[in-house]
Amino acid sequence: MAARRLLSWYLTVFTLLCLFCYRITVATDEIEVCTSRFWFNYRHVANTLSVYRSVKRLGIPDSHIVLMLADDMACNHRNPKPATVFSHKNMELNVYGDDVEVDYRGYEVTVENFLRVLTGRLPPSTPRSKRLLSDDRSNILIYMTAWWNFYNVILRLLFGQRKLKQLIGENLSSKPIASWNITISVEKRYNELLFIIDTCQGASMYERFYSPNVMALASSQIGEDSLSHQPDLAIGVHLMDRYTFYLLEFLEDIHPASQANMNDLFKVCPKSLCVSTPGHRIDLFQRNPRSVLITDFFGSVRKVEITTETVKLIPNITEKNEKLTEEVMLTEPQKYVQQMPVAEIIHQSIQMCWTQHSNANGHYQKWSQPFKIKYD
Amino acid sequence: MGLLSDPNRRRALTSLVTRLNTPLCVLCYLVGVSWFMGLAFEPFMLRTYMSENAMGSTMVEEKFVFGERAISYTREFAGQKKKTGGMPVDWLVKTMKSRGLEVYTQSFSQTLPFPDEVKERYMVRGTNVYGILRAPRGPRTESIVLSAPCSEGNNNNQAVGLLLALASYFRSQIYWAKDIIFLVNEHDLIGMEAWLEAYHDVNMTGLTSSPIQGRAGAIQAALSLELSSDVITSMDVALEGLNGQLPNLDLVNLFYAFCQKTGVLCTIQGKLQRTDWDTLPGYTHSLSTMLLMVLKQGSGHPQGDHGLFLRYHIEAVTMRGINSFRQYKFDMTTVGKLIEGMFRKLNNLLERFHQSYFFYLMPSLTRFVSIGYYMPAFGFLALILVLRALDLWVQLSDPARALEDGVSEGEQDSSPSLLSLATPVIICHLTGLALYFLPVLSQEMAIQHFPVSETEAVVLTAIAIYVAGLALPHNTHRVLSGAGTERGWRSLKLFSLLYLAVLLGCTTLINFSLGFILAVTMIPVAAFIQPHRSSKVLHGVALILVSPATTLLLSIYLYHELIEYPVSLLECWQHFLTAVSQGILDHHLYGSLLYPLIALFIYPCWLQFWNIVFWK
Repeated sequence: MAARRLLSWYLTVFTLLCLFCYRITVATDEIEVCTSRFWFNYRHVANTLSVYRSVKRLGIPDSHIVLMLADDMACNHRNPKPATVFSHKNMELNVYGDDVEVDYRGYEVTVENFLRVLTGRLPPSTPRSKRLLSDDRSNILIYMTAWWNFYNVILRLLFGQRKLKQLIGENLSSKPIASWNITISVEKRYNELLFIIDTCQGASMYERFYSPNVMALASSQIGEDSLSHQPDLAIGVHLMDRYTFYLLEFLEDIHPASQANMNDLFKVCPKSLCVSTPGHRIDLFQRNPRSVLITDFFGSVRKVEITTETVKLIPNITEKNEKLTEEVMLTEPQKYVQQMPVAEIIHQSIQMCWTQHSNANGHYQKWSQPFKIKYD
Repeated sequence: MGLLSDPNRRRALTSLVTRLNTPLCVLCYLVGVSWFMGLAFEPFMLRTYMSENAMGSTMVEEKFVFGERAISYTREFAGQKKKTGGMPVDWLVKTMKSRGLEVYTQSFSQTLPFPDEVKERYMVRGTNVYGILRAPRGPRTESIVLSAPCSEGNNNNQAVGLLLALASYFRSQIYWAKDIIFLVNEHDLIGMEAWLEAYHDVNMTGLTSSPIQGRAGAIQAALSLELSSDVITSMDVALEGLNGQLPNLDLVNLFYAFCQKTGVLCTIQGKLQRTDWDTLPGYTHSLSTMLLMVLKQGSGHPQGDHGLFLRYHIEAVTMRGINSFRQYKFDMTTVGKLIEGMFRKLNNLLERFHQSYFFYLMPSLTRFVSIGYYMPAFGFLALILVLRALDLWVQLSDPARALEDGVSEGEQDSSPSLLSLATPVIICHLTGLALYFLPVLSQEMAIQHFPVSETEAVVLTAIAIYVAGLALPHNTHRVLSGAGTERGWRSLKLFSLLYLAVLLGCTTLINFSLGFILAVTMIPVAAFIQPHRSSKVLHGVALILVSPATTLLLSIYLYHELIEYPVSLLECWQHFLTAVSQGILDHHLYGSLLYPLIALFIYPCWLQFWNIVFWK
């Protein structure tokens, strides 16, 4: 009986420590952007949704993903399979699924909105699902696909090009100070940034970056076109672009505990398969790409730091607890047990009456009442 | 000082213009004509390409397999047509309704100005039947039209049968973003005109028709089908529309792309493509194809039911199935697949066709000549008129130069009175007005006095007025005060040359073929005629040879040569008479502008030149 009490108390403390003391060293946020409209740009939406799906599979929740799709392919009148978006011909994989959550849709996908999401300068009424809730410890993955005219402007604005071109209907000011300020503010909002772009002449997008801790991948060099992969004859359009297709194949092999690193990602889609030459840029990145795990950006794996510091519990705990505390301190020093599977930890948390609430603006966890310790 | 304001330089320039005028004119003419001939040479042409991004490539899978159903519909339709002696409206309505379309009918009636002897009709009364396939999920704002004409006898039965089979197949698909209208029109062009006018709620040609009850939004594209046999050996595409308007080149490219995909042989102007462009026969083949297109476009007559859609900015082509003596035949299923593929691609359109060319010439289905390439040919010809006019201007402004014939007119005014210039012009234009109005208005009177039918009366009246105009100069001279002066004819010629230049320029912009044909024939003679007593006969004959009527005769002859069906002189004359009557009918029925243009503008201009020949 005493042993059991000891064990459950130990587990309580351990969980407490985990929950109070862990520092988020990796929390990944995602922005996925597709800016193409119209039925014949089906493949750009399929690209974006495929990456969205892989990323969700690897553990990033919807609250940390900002998905921007400029047109609705699934419900387009021309879609012979309504409510689906396929990424493989022969309809193998429906990337639209049941639980896709598009944050910016249709005409909301604009240069301005993209910049506002990145810099966080959104009106106060913007719901949480439309915000990028990152801080200076988060890694951000930005995936963009579509036609390169759109990106030409925003990236030059964001990452340092002084002279800006006019986008159709959008006229952005070209004050150097503005771009600098934006850069600084972005810096405070991320720890590391991985930028993937699948368009023609993609390398021109990352040429001008000068912010620190940015790694960039593009599907083609300057002067090259990024090509589409396979048409589906029943639907009548191309389903995917080559680079994203092979990227997806690569990501399907990654699971949350995978140790694959960035060097493997750079090898995705060689010229023989992709026809264009994918490129990457690592000089701004502080760590060695070999030591950067894929799951650092694509998955949400929480590393936990366990500390030996003790925590003084609050006074209105019963005397029994105090006695128990003293007893535990007299035992031999602790040693780490084997890492417990996440599911068991969660199971025990539930036993301790954690309550989850979700309010109308999004999904987040909130502890509504202090924990209670149950004794059998 | 500037080039033109410095008197020395100006004198040098003007002397250059007057001295080198004739050689320059001849050079311009040769360059213009050879430029035009060179257009058919393959290295100078561009390959056709699909400009509309939304249509992409031909990557759809066609699943139409109901060729047999089309044949059975054909048999039923033929039987019903024979039974009712015209268009089987009730059967069509019932069949379309059973296939799930929204069916409507429209009745129309039109009285021709005089009986049409080619099609043997005078008072036309008919009904159009059309069924609308609503897009399952789309808003009802845009539509595509598939039409088949209901013709006399055994023609075009298969077209209607295939149309019905396609309607039932299309009804079961869910990927339509636009409504599809299946139209069967009676009395081909007249019925089509009635339907289009009622659909767009205009009344241009005086038709009376019942209002259209069901609409499907703005029409984006239309396809007209003509099939008269169960199997075909090739598909021919007809492009030329009313007044020489052409559909967007993308629609032709779409047709060709799908013909390639389904393997159907496709032709244009009835001619297959050749690959030996560097040999003389290959070159003459593409030249003859281009000339056929020029002749058809110049006539301003719609070459198929599609021709009337173009006026409403709806791109349309006519597809004709040809059954010749080739061995390899294509059945209805293949044709159905071809049309299905085209419609699926048209379905992807987001806007009307606007990316590709609207003005072009096609020496073959894979090569085209755009307006930027063929306009210089006309430009050089128009330059002749300008050079000649400059020369005359210089002569007029410097009286000392004009004394060549020994007839000294030094006492004359520096400029002839406007009245003496205006009189021949007005008289010529009055003759033109008579040529335009009198034939149709006076057919009653003509029938009473002469033993001819109405059509013949109209045509012969037109010809009579035309020839009577030739006699005018001999009479007007007695009226004119400035008759016989050097300055008189020079100023009249100057005015006529500029008038001709403006006329032909405007015509060429809209209908290049018509403008070019008139330019090639009229301009050299117009530039060189002079009222010399000695060469009056020669100039007169030359001018008659290039008159609009002779040009028409020669064009008919050339046309029959090109389609390898040569005609004798008598047959050519018969065709000529038919062409005149058809021209007048086209104008009254569909609003074709060829007859008014010739009668009211080109003919008076030509008469002015005739006046100049007989100035003295």
